Amino acid sequence: MIQLRVLVSLKTSVFDPQGQTTLAALQGLGYKAATDLRQGKSFLLTFDGITEEEARSQAEEMARKVLSNPVIESFKVERVV
Amino acid sequence: MKVGVVVFPGSNCDHDTKRVFAEVLGQEVLFLWHKESDLRGSDAIVIPGGFSYGDYLRTGAIARFSPVMSSVKAFAEKGGRVLGICNGFQILQEAGMLEGAMLRNRNVKFLSQRVYIRVEATDTAATKGLQSGEVMAMPIAHGDGNLYLDDESLARIAAEGRVVFRYCDATGEVTDEANVNGSRDAIAGICNAGRNVVALMPHPERASEAVLGSDQGRLILEAFVAN
Repeated sequence: MIQLRVLVSLKTSVFDPQGQTTLAALQGLGYKAATDLRQGKSFLLTFDGITEEEARSQAEEMARKVLSNPVIESFKVERVV
Repeated sequence: MKVGVVVFPGSNCDHDTKRVFAEVLGQEVLFLWHKESDLRGSDAIVIPGGFSYGDYLRTGAIARFSPVMSSVKAFAEKGGRVLGICNGFQILQEAGMLEGAMLRNRNVKFLSQRVYIRVEATDTAATKGLQSGEVMAMPIAHGDGNLYLDDESLARIAAEGRVVFRYCDATGEVTDEANVNGSRDAIAGICNAGRNVVALMPHPERASEAVLGSDQGRLILEAFVAN
């Protein structure tokens, strides 16, 4: 079994209204040293019966075609298990 | 004219759209289920508002893979007229038929309210015959309508006169306050380079009969089915 995590986040050049709202709330709770917050999505994918290389290739294809919108988002794939 | 209204699981403005085209404008209307790839002789295609596939991944993200969308894309490439309303706009962006993407509204709220939009381009499939600068009242209902365009796309769209509508106040002035969702340059609607694919976030079909509080949206739908 192979588990890969796909992390999708808004590109740094794109304004993140949810992240900014959450950051303001955290600062209001006293976390003054927090200066930025970028919200994103995490997808934990489990594969069976294929190699890590094949799993990575499929996960990257899924991320590029479906899980992220390249106009506003970037992604990275990392091995969990 | 035969108007094909595309229906996805989660579309919820399909019947409103049908009503206006059929009963107010006297056109023939057919529903095109997202699994169909035959547009059944439609002369014009509307992608209505709603929450296709529940918006769970991203607005419009899954809908673009539906069989009907390949046909809509081919139809548009041949010059066929296509109108996207609200979620229909988001789907056309995800399908690569229009530029940009929708971010969460800048105040992070779902906005369901009346807005005013100003006609900026009068040579598109949905605005021919309208007056440039004409102001129309109609509702919006979206959580993700904050139009994002990168600098290059924005410059190109503006230079090519493809900004079709902008949010404005009741007098037609574009102000930051009137741009309720925070869209880039207050843009409410754009068209493609061929000017046959047009989309906007506000709902003209919900403002096409006086009993609904505004019938100004009807001008857009009328223009869309005019010869």
